[in-house]
Amino acid sequence: MRRELGATLRSILFVGAVIALILAAITFLLLLGGFDVGRALGALWLGSVGSWYALTSATLVRAIPLMLTGCAIAVAFRAGVFNIGAEGQLLAGGAAAAAVALAIPNAGWLALALALITGALAGGGWATIAAVLRERFGVLEVISTIMLNFVALYAVSYLVRGPLQEPTHAYPQSSSIADAVHLARIPGAGRLHLGIVIALVVTIAAGWILRRTAGGFRLMAVGESPSAAASAGLIDVRRVTASAFVVSGALAGLAGAVEVLGVTYALYEDISPGYGYTAIAVALLAGLDPWRVILTALLFGALEAGAGAMQRDAGVPSTLVAVIEALLILAVVAAQALRVRRGRGFTGSGDAFPATAT
Amino acid sequence: MNATQPAALALIGVSKCFGSTTALDDVSLYVGKGRVHALLGENGAGKTTLMHVAFGMVRPDAGTVQLHGRPVSIRRPADAIAVGLGMVHQHFTLVPAMTVAENLALGGRGRLRRHDMMATVRLIADLTGFALDPSAPIETLSVGAQQRVEIAKALVNRATVLVLDEPTAVLAPAETEELLQWIRRFADAGNSVVLITHKLTEALFVADDVTVLRRGRVVHTGLAATASAQSITAAMIGRDRAAVSPHAAATRPVFAPTPVLAAYGITVRDERGSVRLRGATLAVCAGEIVGVAGVEGAGHRELLRALAGRCAVTSGHLDCPARLGFVPEDRHRDAVLLDRSLTENVALRDAGYRRGRLRWNTLRRRTQSLMQEFDVRAPAPTVPMRTLSGGNQQKLVLAREMAETGASAAPSPFDDAPSALIVENPTRGLDVRATAEVHTRLRAARDRGTAIVLYSSDLDEVLALANRVFIAYAGALREVPTDREAIGRAMLGLD
Repeated sequence: MRRELGATLRSILFVGAVIALILAAITFLLLLGGFDVGRALGALWLGSVGSWYALTSATLVRAIPLMLTGCAIAVAFRAGVFNIGAEGQLLAGGAAAAAVALAIPNAGWLALALALITGALAGGGWATIAAVLRERFGVLEVISTIMLNFVALYAVSYLVRGPLQEPTHAYPQSSSIADAVHLARIPGAGRLHLGIVIALVVTIAAGWILRRTAGGFRLMAVGESPSAAASAGLIDVRRVTASAFVVSGALAGLAGAVEVLGVTYALYEDISPGYGYTAIAVALLAGLDPWRVILTALLFGALEAGAGAMQRDAGVPSTLVAVIEALLILAVVAAQALRVRRGRGFTGSGDAFPATAT
Repeated sequence: MNATQPAALALIGVSKCFGSTTALDDVSLYVGKGRVHALLGENGAGKTTLMHVAFGMVRPDAGTVQLHGRPVSIRRPADAIAVGLGMVHQHFTLVPAMTVAENLALGGRGRLRRHDMMATVRLIADLTGFALDPSAPIETLSVGAQQRVEIAKALVNRATVLVLDEPTAVLAPAETEELLQWIRRFADAGNSVVLITHKLTEALFVADDVTVLRRGRVVHTGLAATASAQSITAAMIGRDRAAVSPHAAATRPVFAPTPVLAAYGITVRDERGSVRLRGATLAVCAGEIVGVAGVEGAGHRELLRALAGRCAVTSGHLDCPARLGFVPEDRHRDAVLLDRSLTENVALRDAGYRRGRLRWNTLRRRTQSLMQEFDVRAPAPTVPMRTLSGGNQQKLVLAREMAETGASAAPSPFDDAPSALIVENPTRGLDVRATAEVHTRLRAARDRGTAIVLYSSDLDEVLALANRVFIAYAGALREVPTDREAIGRAMLGLD
């Protein structure tokens, strides 16, 4: 337990260092672009964590889908499945949840539960396509999942102009979901909704499963060395990778359902500003550990919220923050490559895979 | 060899250590112009390493390379090719999806002209007498034809000294004969060939000179014409060290002769469907070590994996206990998770069958006791496997695989099951001390009534441990007397 506390402390320090690095990079880019640095950083601060409203309604609301999709990526990558398709799986989940919520508007919390479950199933189903392609035909999941992201996007685009379009046919979006099927807002916390509870429970549970259960251990072993997992552990490698893939899709699908039921209250094309892609950075920065994903999701949630504020209040294009995020991914990947070269394996920020047996 | 004429290729006083193991110890090799020089030795004797030194793929700790009497500095394969050295590796280095002409053009510089590529292939075909279709994709060719392309590739760069590493391992008899005749003609035209092989008959058939390596040292070198199969076999397997097995048969305790582990006429095919092991029958009783020997690709690998339940059997019947230990030869690939803790590596055993929660505290205590019992030197069960020496890694793997009960606190349902252990080159890469410890463990397990199957590429190890010996040769398995001479001859297919 002491060790785990130490590890947690270290990862908090690590996130602190990352924040400092990000601020330095932002400052540099702001200077380069000739912006008013003070005003821009002020907006970044106010828009992310500078006020209770910003913290809850902007940062935390964005951290919810990042937590769930980050968790999805962590589960897949841990098993050696490079699922780049969280975005598509999120859209599939969102669309399915919207369809269920719109179909049974009067069933109250039952409809809500059903919509959430259907969303997760749809995300898992969407990932199953790529999983089958991988296990049966050896199609690289990196390619297939990216392609399926576009398919999902255009499918949603079709749905909101066809079967799910609102009755007036004026806008490319669905009707609004009935209040009774919304994820309730948390009193006194602005737009923050119950999705935060779902995300925290799921993420903590996922971390626990990865650390403490036989299934989680199999996942890790397969990701680490499929040959040793099969030979020494008699693990059915294909089955483990396929289930990791599907579970990963389900988590991303749940993120989509939570977003539709807690934030957008309707289905349209832009329900996700690329959460599924940002999730890759969230998961990598967390060393593929769901518990640390909570921290990194908050960090990226704050960044995205702050970027919006910078654009509104200081005229700084929010793409600047996208540049920072991309740089961050590169830094993380490069750091990992260095660690691998020094013979310390593919792990993220801290020590070897967070303390299962240590 | 003519003393006035410098050797076409000379390796002088080459030594190379990998960690604590000495792969080459002051080895010298002189390959004359116009001659075929056979380089013989068991698996792991250092043949390939020596040639990798010549080809710039391994940097030696000591020693020099000379071509036609001039010292050359070969730091990478490109240097070797530039001075007229060509190597055909044991495992093909062709791109399957590309054509013959394209494969031959690989490694070239400047613009790629289809016309030139075709001309090159025709030139090589004329030079070698090989029938090569320039536009045939490699993957459509037979193994023998691919081999010819490999040779052609070496000759594109005008090699005059050609090294062939186990070139006949994958060939059918007719193709082998063809290749050997070609080697002869190539040498007669004034070139030189180094032929690495474990097949004695081939070596004596085609070679002018023979050098035998054993454990990284030259134990025999001389003219092929004056060498007999017997003297070379003796040199390869080391007749002089016959007295290494005082333990084997002498202390064998008596157990009921019911087989714990048995295979009846099993046949194993590889992924491509070709038969690797045919109709093998073998029974291992409690309290005995059955040794298996064979040259690379003889089918022993498949036999061990079939017995261990690690590969599928196409026909025949297997009778194996539900739980058995398996120690594969490639420890890093197949036995351990290098970046995981020792505890996690112990937990890996049976990970495929565990359910529910893993009790890490119990597992950690168990790892601790295994470490104590097997004298694994590590600061704690929490350190990554990678930080351990090879010997300690292997001891932990042995400990894990020999342990009767699973790592869970609950009593294992397999407690009363007869135990079986399958080990493959269990001391590969270990130093003398660690090797002795592993041997002691295996003997102790045998004396407790474990049925053990042992494969080793080191005949001494087989002789030191085995009560009975089986030889795999070209996919067939048979029992031979535990006699160095008999084993050596059977391995080389001389009987």
